[in-house]
Amino acid sequence: MQSALDTIGRGVGRLYAAAFDLLEWPMLALQRLTGAQRIAWIFLLPNLVIFGTFTFLPIILNFFYATSGSDAILLQDRPYVGLDNFATLLACENYLQPNSCERDIFWRAVHNTAWFVVLQVGFMILFSLVTALILNRDIPFRGFFRSVFFYPVLLSPVVVALIWKWVLQRFGVLNAALEGAGMPTVNWLVDADWAFFWIVFVSIWAHMGFYTLILLAGLQSIPSDVYEAAEMDGASKWRVFSRITMPLLMPTMAVVIVLSLIRAVQAFDEIFVLTGGGPGSATLLILQFIYETGFAYQPRLYGLAAAASMLMAVVLLVLTLVQLRATRSRAEG
Amino acid sequence: MAVVELDNVVKDYGATRAVHGVSLTIENGEFCVFVGPSGCGKSTLLRMIAGLEEITDGEMRLDGQRVNEQRASERGLAMVFQTYALYPHMTVRQNLAFGLENIKTPKDEIVRRVDAAARMLQIETYLERRPKQLSGGQRQRVAIGRAVVREPRVFLFDEPLSNLDAELRVAMRGEISALHRRLGNTMIYVTHDQVEAMTMADKIVVLRAGRIEQVGAPLELYNRPVNQFVAGFIGSPRMNFVEGTVDSIDDEGVDLRDRTGTAYRAAVDGGGVERGDAVVLGIRPDHLDVGGSVGHEVTVNAIEQLGGDSYLYCERPDGTRLTAHIAGQTAIRRGDVARAVFRPEYSHLFVKDTGVALPRLTIGEAV
Amino acid sequence: MSLAFLTRTRGRGRFDLTDWLTWAYLLLAVFLMFGPILWIALSSFKTEAALQEYPPTFLPLAPVTATVEGFDEPLQLFRIIAGEHQGKVLAQVRRIGLVGKMVDPANPGALIDVNINDRVPERAFALAVENYTSLFERFNFGLYFWNSLFITVVATIITVLFNSMAAFALSKYHFRGRTVVFVLIIATLMIPPTINLIPIYLVVSQLGLVNSPWGVIWPAVATPTGVFLLRQYMLTIPDDLLDAARMDHASEWKVYWRIVLPLSAPALAVLVIFSVMWRWNEFLWPLIVLNRSEEFTLQLALNSFQGELQTAWSNLLAMTILTLLPITLVFAVLQKYITTGIAQSGVK
Repeated sequence: MQSALDTIGRGVGRLYAAAFDLLEWPMLALQRLTGAQRIAWIFLLPNLVIFGTFTFLPIILNFFYATSGSDAILLQDRPYVGLDNFATLLACENYLQPNSCERDIFWRAVHNTAWFVVLQVGFMILFSLVTALILNRDIPFRGFFRSVFFYPVLLSPVVVALIWKWVLQRFGVLNAALEGAGMPTVNWLVDADWAFFWIVFVSIWAHMGFYTLILLAGLQSIPSDVYEAAEMDGASKWRVFSRITMPLLMPTMAVVIVLSLIRAVQAFDEIFVLTGGGPGSATLLILQFIYETGFAYQPRLYGLAAAASMLMAVVLLVLTLVQLRATRSRAEG
Repeated sequence: MAVVELDNVVKDYGATRAVHGVSLTIENGEFCVFVGPSGCGKSTLLRMIAGLEEITDGEMRLDGQRVNEQRASERGLAMVFQTYALYPHMTVRQNLAFGLENIKTPKDEIVRRVDAAARMLQIETYLERRPKQLSGGQRQRVAIGRAVVREPRVFLFDEPLSNLDAELRVAMRGEISALHRRLGNTMIYVTHDQVEAMTMADKIVVLRAGRIEQVGAPLELYNRPVNQFVAGFIGSPRMNFVEGTVDSIDDEGVDLRDRTGTAYRAAVDGGGVERGDAVVLGIRPDHLDVGGSVGHEVTVNAIEQLGGDSYLYCERPDGTRLTAHIAGQTAIRRGDVARAVFRPEYSHLFVKDTGVALPRLTIGEAV
Repeated sequence: MSLAFLTRTRGRGRFDLTDWLTWAYLLLAVFLMFGPILWIALSSFKTEAALQEYPPTFLPLAPVTATVEGFDEPLQLFRIIAGEHQGKVLAQVRRIGLVGKMVDPANPGALIDVNINDRVPERAFALAVENYTSLFERFNFGLYFWNSLFITVVATIITVLFNSMAAFALSKYHFRGRTVVFVLIIATLMIPPTINLIPIYLVVSQLGLVNSPWGVIWPAVATPTGVFLLRQYMLTIPDDLLDAARMDHASEWKVYWRIVLPLSAPALAVLVIFSVMWRWNEFLWPLIVLNRSEEFTLQLALNSFQGELQTAWSNLLAMTILTLLPITLVFAVLQKYITTGIAQSGVK
């Protein structure tokens, strides 16, 4: 067994060496050409080419799409329309009443997303914090419980959605349990309010393990002598929590909040598979609107979709700047 | 085997100049030590010789051939790093063989050289271990072994002993000297420890702030420091300095007085000074005789009795501090007033403004 | 003794209210987190007929049959719950209207008439493995699995290679423009690809990569997260090691792959885990780029099957389980590594 592993290890090692050795001569020739310091650009090149092609260039192109019309994908075929796309999206008598807007579906998505972000982030942080505090106690099987919460984080959004679709379907196990307990059954994903509840619930279920883990790491980085000192000072449990744990956890908390906000604004996958945005447009979020406007429906309104992404980008940019500040203060703290 | 020549070598980091035009020749087979306080540019100079730093200006020659443009690997030198820089993911054997593999040395030749070096450095028993499993001294040997197997033209050592404890440092010092005697290679050794420099070097190069202060054999530096900096740097404990003004000059020496009017005499050539010039008298703690019935009055502030040696920390009435080293034990107590004798043939004299030493006429310590 | 172990708490005190609440919370959490996954795993082994049952049974059960002397086909067994034969287990030969023609397996000579309301099918635990096998036979599962595997493995190799090369340049060389490049890469952390879907689609389509796995791979490999993660790690590798290798005749390329890369193994492992997770689970971008079903990844195949009305839940559930299985296995083996890696780097 051991020798078999050794053989495999040596084989992998040889493969690794052979693969990289292939580039030895070309790279050495380049090094002669560039000198020992400027060779750094050669190392950077592959990554920069990919970055340029699929990140920097698209950022610039996005402006052209947002300011041009028609369903052509090639920029030269698209007439310039100025800010018309933005005007169409923003044409609204009352922003709180999606029905009064020209693109009522967009504003419904904005409303849904806003509610989704507030509820999902709010409750997820609450549950993550409670869970992290509990996992920070000296309980048996701590590693197991940590894994229990974290495992769904690794599951693909499609799998997550299908798991819950199966539980929530009309004749699913949840309704059977309710019926068994003598309670009325609900067609969960067909009722608008319940469907919204479940997209919030499922996305908390899928992601809270990640934030729990970060908060737990934050809690464990608080030195134990601080707690011992508080104990010597005769502080009550509540005072220890409110005056020591929470203030020292605040920097981590800030990172977690902003990170989860950024993710929530871009929520799409699980919800798209679970409800498809329905019933009607009750669970339609912004990213799904962009996807459907740009790719799923005919004609493909690339300009409108690009304009909507830029509006979303503004929100994300603000949130990210806040995050950078938060991260920096964590690093400094 | 190689002669290393530096010709007006300069190193700039952006706008700051780290090395100011150093010229130096290191002869074939010589053990040359670069010594100086931290930040003096000694490591930069070594790294330029190694080829790890670009030479901004000037020329470096190996056996008469310009090597400025050659990469580190092309110069055929080997270096032992302060942190040892052993590859942590390789065994000791792989560490030693890595450089030879890179130049496509035949396999059996690699085995032969690694085994020979391992035997010489007594590291055969842990050839299959990783650096993490070795003690500091063992790692040091492996680092040296890695240089030895390469059979380099010149060995470079960058403060190789500074991470070892005192006892091991003394032992390794002896081993490196022995290695030099056995291999006979040119070696360049950087240290901030003047004891290492004195005990190991054929030639010492004292550096300060990117400039060479003095080049010479260990005793030459000890006996004839060219300036106050070298005088203070070489020798331990540090040389005592007394400020004064020149009183009179004659053929055999110079008379001077300190602020309190006390008279001193140094057996130096007074050609460079005149009566009334500000000068600094220097005398090593080894040569200050304390405890006799004659001499200048000093108050003993503290005493360190080591049994075989005694160190007295004294103060003149004007506040000048003096250290004296006495062989054997002493009856003097802390707080005692004692007398210290400054003998002219052991005294150095420096011009105060420039620090330049006046040539000594008689050298008491020389045999 | 076991009780003492369970009641081990932070303080030295008794098992108090907070401990009860803690355990209640944790048990509820295990139920909520694992319950649905366990449920779908059990369901995936049920026959289509069993899946239609309401209320559902907990374990996968299948009707029991028996071979009875004198009949060629196996006959289904029923337990009689009323009437004169109550308590017996009989095999049904055929059914005529409301009456089942049945025989006693012990005495197969005589046919017995039983009202169908007086009997329930005998059922026993049975795994409908055909849910899984038919995925390969009828649903091209192997193809989707291969597509997903190809994208995941190739994208991960390229990601690790390109990101580590860039990180090496940014951490170990002092060249003009280094800060600019680094800031530029970090700045793209602020612009998630979801914002640039349309122009990225243009680039991909102009490069002829629509409906090709490379259309998913290339836009994903230059992750700023990976560059940042690796750079931070490589900064901790002492420069002396690199200089030692240079003295040992190593070219810069060799310094990279013989010294820096092996020493960055812990950070590389974290990036590999992330990359595998990202690519295996990715949904929106493949949804946009891959439109032909031969190119579908597992995620796309799952999504498209759940939208088709004629797809049987039995196959869909089995496919879901097979899709979550690889990630689950990886997690089971590397659990500790993954959780600490993510907690330290704070990325997902």
